[in-house]
Amino acid sequence: MATVASTLLAGLGDGAVYALIAVSFVIIFRATGVLNFAQPGLLILGTYVTSVLAVDRGVPFWVAAVIAVLVVAAISMGIERVAIRPMIGRPVFSTALVTVGIFIVLLILAFRLFAARARTIADPWQLEQWCLVQGETLCAVSLYQHHAGKIAVVAVVLGLLGVWLSRSRVGLAMRATSLDQEAALAQGINVGRMFSLSWALGGGLAALGGILLAANGSVVQANDALFALVALPALILGGIDSLRGAVVGGLVIGLVSALSSTYQPIHAPWLGPNFENVAPYLVMILVLLIRPYGLFGTKEVQRL
Amino acid sequence: MTTVAPDSNRATQDGAQHGAERSSTSRLTGQSRALRSGPGRGKALRSATRGRPRLFTSYDQDSALLNTSAKRWWTLAAISIFLVLPFWLTRDLSHLLSVAMVMAIAGVGLNLLTGYAGQISLGHPFFMALGAYTGAVVAGVPGSIVIGWEFDLSIALVLAAVIPGLVGLVVAPLATRVRGLYLAVLTLGLLMLGEQLFKQWASVTGGSGVGRAGAVPVLFGNDLERTYAVGPLLIAPHVSLYLLCLTLLVVLAVAARNLARSRTGRAFAAVRDRDIAAEVMGVNLLRTKTLAFVLSSAYAGVAGCLFAILIGRVAPEQWNILMAINLLAIVVIGGVATISGTLIGAAFVVLLPRILEWLAPWLPFVSTGSGGLITVFQLESILFGALIVLFLILEPRGLFGLWHRVRTYFATWPFSY
Repeated sequence: MATVASTLLAGLGDGAVYALIAVSFVIIFRATGVLNFAQPGLLILGTYVTSVLAVDRGVPFWVAAVIAVLVVAAISMGIERVAIRPMIGRPVFSTALVTVGIFIVLLILAFRLFAARARTIADPWQLEQWCLVQGETLCAVSLYQHHAGKIAVVAVVLGLLGVWLSRSRVGLAMRATSLDQEAALAQGINVGRMFSLSWALGGGLAALGGILLAANGSVVQANDALFALVALPALILGGIDSLRGAVVGGLVIGLVSALSSTYQPIHAPWLGPNFENVAPYLVMILVLLIRPYGLFGTKEVQRL
Repeated sequence: MTTVAPDSNRATQDGAQHGAERSSTSRLTGQSRALRSGPGRGKALRSATRGRPRLFTSYDQDSALLNTSAKRWWTLAAISIFLVLPFWLTRDLSHLLSVAMVMAIAGVGLNLLTGYAGQISLGHPFFMALGAYTGAVVAGVPGSIVIGWEFDLSIALVLAAVIPGLVGLVVAPLATRVRGLYLAVLTLGLLMLGEQLFKQWASVTGGSGVGRAGAVPVLFGNDLERTYAVGPLLIAPHVSLYLLCLTLLVVLAVAARNLARSRTGRAFAAVRDRDIAAEVMGVNLLRTKTLAFVLSSAYAGVAGCLFAILIGRVAPEQWNILMAINLLAIVVIGGVATISGTLIGAAFVVLLPRILEWLAPWLPFVSTGSGGLITVFQLESILFGALIVLFLILEPRGLFGLWHRVRTYFATWPFSY
């Protein structure tokens, strides 16, 4: 029972980060209709910038994180302007492939920057734990501080984002753009600026996701960018265009991943080591079998 | 007859062929009536077709496999050049070309699914792996862990197409339910689950990080790892493997092209362009998508089997997302929904690293060691990514589109349109 509780808490902590990354995919997808496969590249750049500032330059972690988010948001905006804007009106497949090309470029750039070294990001939590329920000799239910920190940061960021999207003028304009680009244009909304803004937001959230992903007390390498791909099943599970779905999907994937990493080696060792990395895909496939547009995704209305 | 001038000679012959009908109507309608009916139906006068390769006077001619004589001659020339090429290329280069041809087979398969039928798949390497391991089990040597039945390669190649095809058939119903980007991520999930499966199934794949050798190339009882003498020619092992890949590539590419111009191919294109509309027109969506999946899996299987033979040893980690991206790049850089484009694309993607290696000494910012700004491998990957982006933005039809532009320029010269 105690293990279950610890596992679930850890799952929620990781799931919060997956939710954040999935939300970054959704923001970009809703505005421009692009599934941005370059997100892992942006994510690892965010981690790198934080690491350089916080570890090498001695900047306080939170300042470094904010600067990293802003830098990556700017890069993301640049990518949109240079590579994605010309693809408006082309098939989704082509645009998705453009982002795959950008992903390769960014990943190699990250490899070059990391130069095969493992880095740390000097986060304030490290490997500290809180003991929630005291056992007889050892701690029965423990919570890593970084998991609590992740949940808190993600809750605050997503809460602010939600309020901003639903209450502010620009948020309204963004929602209008994602609903119907031409109608938004006719209402006097600068659709191009909304594209830039949503890519900046998406990139910034991905960078924050990368920073939180790396904040687990261990080291981070360029290859860790591929962990962002775990957000893909979360995204598809929730439905590719639903913010609520992304959050639910992220939490579900986090829980599934944590549960399988705790129980699969005991109960089903024949599935092999590292099964928790593929378990999310299994869940995603099962959900898609029943609901082809994910849990909360909008069913595509087709016209002839 | 022998004394008249060439032109009137031809006219007389044609006149004799078409008989009375032509003489009665040609005055009013020129050639058209004669073209549509009569014994020489669909055949234009040679004087009319000369210099106008794209004058098609019948539907059969228009939809022929190689519909202009230029295409026929170039195909013949290309095949004969590639037939003699391995005899004077180094072993290394002909091996590289063989790999390019194998990737072309996989690319043609993916193009059938993604280019023609419009179903994005990132799971193609999974089917290649299935083919590779099927081939390795059927025609491989048993080892301490791995099983191998040591059958003939011909059986292995057939099974390497059949088994991935069957798995494709099992997966297809799921894949036909979801669309677009959902499908892309779904097939990515298939790839990930497949990798996990292959890592665990050590008796077939050799296990994680270890891998196993591919099939032993004994084709129809002839061991391709021996050197054969055919007349004055010596056929070394790498040459015979090359010729095997070339033969399979030609057969499979022609088959794919033939399929693309058939009723099935048109159904694929209809599904790609607007699947609901296709369904309304009487295309069976489930059957068409399933067929595309099965065919492309079978192509991938054959390619995987040959790939394992060429590379020598394959590990389960090899069939990863980077390979899926490579295959998509072959399709996109070559040209979506063109078979000849896929062939060029495969050659381009496989040969690019080698070309950059050759160029590296002349590029100041590239190092072969670790001191320079970027290594050859990094340059290659960055260039690769950038090329995908550039092609999609500037020339969505890929290398085939570039070639098409050049051809059109010269065909319409001196006019610019």
